Amino acid sequence: MAVNDRFVTQKSKSELQSGSEMQLTKKDFPWWMIAIGVVIVITFVMIQINPDFKDAFKIIRAGLGVTISTTLSAYCIAILLGLFIGLGRVSESVVWRNISTIYVEIIRGVPLMVLIFFIALVLIPGLTAIVSSLGDVLISWGIEDFGAKLAAVENKSISMNVRAIISLAITYAAFSAEIFRAGIQSVSQGQMEAARSQGLSRWQAMRYVILPQAIRNVLPALGNDLISMLKDSSLVSILAVRDITQVTRLYVGRSFKFAEAYSILCVLYLTLTLILSLCLKVIERKMQNERK
Amino acid sequence: MSENKTPMIEVKDLSKNFGVVEAVNGVSLKVFPKQVLVIIGPSGSGKSTLLRTMNWLEKPTEGEVIVDGVSLSENQHCINAIRSNIGMVFQSFNLYGHLTVTENITLALRIVKKIKKNEAKKIAMQQLTKVGIADKADYYPAQLSGGQQQRVAIARALAMEPKVMLFDEPTSALDPEMIKEVLDVMLLLVKDGMTMVIVTHEMGFAKAAADEVIFMDMGKIVERAAPEVFFENPSCERSKQFLSQILSH
Repeated sequence: MAVNDRFVTQKSKSELQSGSEMQLTKKDFPWWMIAIGVVIVITFVMIQINPDFKDAFKIIRAGLGVTISTTLSAYCIAILLGLFIGLGRVSESVVWRNISTIYVEIIRGVPLMVLIFFIALVLIPGLTAIVSSLGDVLISWGIEDFGAKLAAVENKSISMNVRAIISLAITYAAFSAEIFRAGIQSVSQGQMEAARSQGLSRWQAMRYVILPQAIRNVLPALGNDLISMLKDSSLVSILAVRDITQVTRLYVGRSFKFAEAYSILCVLYLTLTLILSLCLKVIERKMQNERK
Repeated sequence: MSENKTPMIEVKDLSKNFGVVEAVNGVSLKVFPKQVLVIIGPSGSGKSTLLRTMNWLEKPTEGEVIVDGVSLSENQHCINAIRSNIGMVFQSFNLYGHLTVTENITLALRIVKKIKKNEAKKIAMQQLTKVGIADKADYYPAQLSGGQQQRVAIARALAMEPKVMLFDEPTSALDPEMIKEVLDVMLLLVKDGMTMVIVTHEMGFAKAAADEVIFMDMGKIVERAAPEVFFENPSCERSKQFLSQILSH
C-alpha cells in the first residue's frame, strides 16, 4: 500500500522534479512499522487479558524453538550448499557446471511442498537403503566395524525434524545458488583478469577477490532468503514436525478456537520476520557505510 | 637493438580469432630486455588482444608466445608462476574494490609469493612512495581519483618485481588532467630500465618514451620503426593516414 501511494505521488510530481529530486525511493516516516506494531501489541495485550488467547498462546509458544532451530539450521546448510552449487554454475568444468544447472532447474521446477514430501518420504528412505546395503557389502568384504555402522542405518533412525531440515536446505540451496551466481557475475570481469594477471589461480582469485565482493553485493538477497525460509518452514508441519504451525493446527483440532489460534500464529510469524528484517536493515546500512 | 640477447618476449606467427573475427593475424615480434615497445593503431586493430596474449589472458588460436625463454603454450601447468613475473596495467584500473590500497598491493605478494604480512606491507609502502601516493595507503579505491587509482595499479604490478610490464591503454579512461600523473610514473619506469610493452593513444608519450613503435591495423603489423622515423616520416600509406587523423587537431 505504502509503495503504491509513493508511486502515485511521484508520478504526478514527476514533471516538476529536477535531477537531484528524481530518487527512486522517498524516505518517509515509518507509519507502516507503527501500524504493524499496533497489531502486534494488541495481540499481545489480548494474550494477557483474554484466557482463550492466553491458553492458545501457551501451547503455540512451545513450537517456537522448533520453528527457529529448523529455519536456522536449514538456512546454514542451504547457504553452504548454495555457495558450492553457485560456484559450480560459473565453473570452467563442464561436468560441475551441468550438474549444478540440473540441480537448480529441478528444484526450481517442483513446488516446495511436493519437494518436502519427495525428499522426506522417497529420497531419504532410498538413501538410507543404499547406505545400509553398502554396509552389508563392506561386512562381506571383511570391513566389519565400519560396515556394521553403515548397515545399522535405518530409515527410522532419521527423525522427521531432520528430514524437514534437509528438505528445506536442499530446496533453498537452489535459490541461494542462483543468488551467489548472480553475485559472482555482478563483479566485473576485470577483477578476475587483474588477479589472474598477478599469478593467482582461478580458485585463489575467486576466494580472495571475487567472492568477498560478490557476497557483499548479494547480502540483502541472502537476507530475504532467510525471511522466506522462516515463512516456508511452516510447510514442515505436513511432516508432522511440531513447529508453531503444526502445534496450532493440533490445538485448533481439539479446541476449535480458530480465530484466537490463527491470529496468534500470524502475529508470531510477523513478529519474527519483522525482527529479522530490522536486523538485516541494520547490517545492510552498516555495510553501506563501510564502503563509503 | 642488441639482437644477440634473448628476447624478453617473443611472439611467433600469432593469430587470434573470436569466432569468425580475426583480431590478430599472423603477428611476430620481439621485445628485448630494457626495451620499451609502444603499440598504436585504430580501435579494433588487435593491439589490445595482442598484448593480452602476452600473459595468456587471451589464448592465441595459433602461434606462440615465449616469455623470458619459456613458451607459454607448453608450460600451462605453471602459467600462474609465469604470470607473476609479468606486470599488467589495465585501462579500467581493476583495483580490488573491497581492499584498501595497501591490501591491493599485498594480496598477490602474500598469496603468490608467500611473503609475510609485515614484509609485504613494507614493499607496498615502497611502491606507493615511488608512484607518489603513500598518503593514500589506507584508502579504498573508490575514494581515489582515476589517476590515483591507476598509479596504485602500477604500484601493485611493480610490487611483484616483474621482468616486464604490459600496459593496456593505461590512460584511456582518465580525465585529461590526470593523464600526465600516470604518464610521469611510466616515464619513471622507462628511466629505471623496465622492459615495457605499451598499448596507447598518447602519441606524445610514444615519441618520448618508446624505443620502437609498432603500428597495427586489421590484426597485422603495418609498420615498425623507431619513434622519430615513424612520427616524422612514416613509410606506409595507412600509417600516414592514421597519424594525420589523430594529429590534425
